[in-house]
Amino acid sequence: MPKQIIKGREIVADDWNLVRAPEAAEGTTAADAATAAEVLGVPAGHVIIPLATWLAQREALASRAAAGEIGVWIAPDEDPVALRDDLQRLALVAVDFPKFTDGRGYSHAWNLRSRLGWTGELRAIGDVLRDQLFSMQRVGFDAYDTRPDRSIEDALKGLTVFSETYQASVDQRVPLFRRHARPAPAAASAEA
Amino acid sequence: MYQYDQYDHLIIRERIEQYRDQVQRRLNDELTEAEFLPLRLQNGLYMQRHAYMLRIAVPYGLLSSRQMRMFAHIARKYDRGYGHFTTRQNIQFNWIKLEETPEILSDLASVEMHAIQTSGNCIRNVTSDEFAGVAADEIIDPRPYAEVLRQWSTFHPEFIALPRKFKVAINGAVEDRAAIAVHDIGLTVVKNEAGEIGFKVMVGGGMGRTPILGSVIREFLPREHLLTYTEAIMRVYNLHGRRDNKYKARIKILLKALGVEEFTRQVEVEWEDLKGTEQTLTLEEMERIIAYFQPHDYKALPSYDAAAAHAEKPFQNWLKRNVKPHKVPGYAAVVLSLKKTGVPPGDATAEQMDFMADLADRYSFGELRVTHEQNIVLADVEQSQLFALWQEIKAHGLATPNIGLLTDIICCPGGDFCSLANAKSIPIAQAIAERFDRIDFLHDIGDFELNISGCINACGHHHVGNIGVLGVDKDGSEWYQVSIGGAQGNNSAIGKIIGPSFSAQQMPEVIDRLLQVYVRERTPEERFVDTAQRLGIAPFKEFVYATPIETAGRLVGEDEYA
Repeated sequence: MPKQIIKGREIVADDWNLVRAPEAAEGTTAADAATAAEVLGVPAGHVIIPLATWLAQREALASRAAAGEIGVWIAPDEDPVALRDDLQRLALVAVDFPKFTDGRGYSHAWNLRSRLGWTGELRAIGDVLRDQLFSMQRVGFDAYDTRPDRSIEDALKGLTVFSETYQASVDQRVPLFRRHARPAPAAASAEA
Repeated sequence: MYQYDQYDHLIIRERIEQYRDQVQRRLNDELTEAEFLPLRLQNGLYMQRHAYMLRIAVPYGLLSSRQMRMFAHIARKYDRGYGHFTTRQNIQFNWIKLEETPEILSDLASVEMHAIQTSGNCIRNVTSDEFAGVAADEIIDPRPYAEVLRQWSTFHPEFIALPRKFKVAINGAVEDRAAIAVHDIGLTVVKNEAGEIGFKVMVGGGMGRTPILGSVIREFLPREHLLTYTEAIMRVYNLHGRRDNKYKARIKILLKALGVEEFTRQVEVEWEDLKGTEQTLTLEEMERIIAYFQPHDYKALPSYDAAAAHAEKPFQNWLKRNVKPHKVPGYAAVVLSLKKTGVPPGDATAEQMDFMADLADRYSFGELRVTHEQNIVLADVEQSQLFALWQEIKAHGLATPNIGLLTDIICCPGGDFCSLANAKSIPIAQAIAERFDRIDFLHDIGDFELNISGCINACGHHHVGNIGVLGVDKDGSEWYQVSIGGAQGNNSAIGKIIGPSFSAQQMPEVIDRLLQVYVRERTPEERFVDTAQRLGIAPFKEFVYATPIETAGRLVGEDEYA
């Protein structure tokens, strides 16, 4: 079966190849790891590559980017601002959640949508699970590469948990109190 | 008080369905415990030593009698007939079954309550002044802004997986009764020279392993910007707070690492393009929320001197300690003490809860408040009714005249319940309360804050106790480290450790010796904390450690449980 992801609110086949730098060997430094990402071989086809790989090889990858074959993923400790001038060359941007308990990716998504003007596909990758999808959708993700050991059909249910939300975010720029005329005390008491 | 409208009800209903499904998936093993853990924590459910503990949010400590009766119902139906009021103005039930939690949430929803974000690495229940709206020294009622923050922070999609927990407190009076200096964000509602309402914003206070008082990052934030500015603080923290070490993950560590100036600069830069966006509060919205917190329908009453009318000494003592001034003539606020000797601090039985709900209906417009010192307040009692009220509560163990005294101990659940604790805290509190159970002596010692935590997480606020007691683990046994000179409120201070720690059995004598030094050294108007801060730890230390402390006598701590 081809690989599947959730896009919008549907399960679709996906041919993007997520490229990660090999796990750093014991005793290597962060600088070694960065170098590894920079010199990483980029396979043919649709690829999502580390930010460091893109920044180091973007000239060499220019024609493939122009052909819509290149996406870039951002780690929690990276800043998507590094992509500011390159976004129009990318076919998709992904944000990595190495652990779902690391919430930096939510702010990266918000920044990409709200400040960097990214309107293309924004994909959550890594430890992406049903119970976080609703929040991911709210901060601007529209594609979810859910963890392969879990049912993707079940995960889809995570996108429709709430039908109202209090605060503004990317999916809804207007907070509840500006969207609806909410009742004043007397009316509320009468209802209760 | 605030009442849910259809949107609040809808969100809570959908939340319960989501949570019910999560519990079912956990029971079916479709969720691992590691995956379920943050989900249940964000719903206030902890796994403790013997059972699950469920922490229920009491927004800014305000409760209706109907809600209090629901706590009694939950205590009877799902727990063992009692509950524990916490230092964050919430209530915890300690003997809960996982399978029953969705039903408890449904019961709670029927009285407009929930357990959302009472735990976990997210924005927690906002706390405030227990005398908000009635305090004689209040400048502006902080509760509407606490409610605005409650709604905004509930399921905020971006801030659900922060580096660590995040606590906000808000005060609107001259005296700070909300301990804002030891919160991640501490807000003070203020007016500027033009008479406009806004907030003084303090960030980076906290207790735990590294106790730090908050730093002011903005002297005046116009109130309409409350949410966008908070969002800016949260985003800086979410992106830059440390995640490699949970003991260095609170915002206070980030603020200290960057320095106040640089932290403030980053927040202001972050805020630049948020300012004025749709999340900015409208005047209509603020007025709508404020309208829920209008003064009650008070009678025009003359001032009434209850002390002159009833000469009994116990009643006089109670008036002196447990009755607080009210901004409306003829009314007073009453603190019901949950610190009776022999009862764990903050515990109340289902019968007491029902009884307190009744009292609220008969004496105080049907409302109650939970204090961060783990007592209950009836905020609007007619002065002429004080004697009748006192007579009723005496019979229910709620009239101990010890508010703000040595035996009004703040105490976490400790090693009897909590799986984080290094040591038991409740037996220490009980042994100390027993040792000093002499009301004249307590009144002579006067204002006193004795705070006990069973571990460095500091749920018992030991850092800001005049005497703070911290349970520590040494080679597998329980010991207690003592600090003095801490304070909360406007003159917040972190206590200083006096020396090597003590066994459980030694603790009442340690307190006794500290008090002896105070009695010996005090000037006529000095409280314990003043003497301790004036003299420093030296004379206290010298006297406490001068001769060995007998460890015989009543056993508390581990030996009692061995």
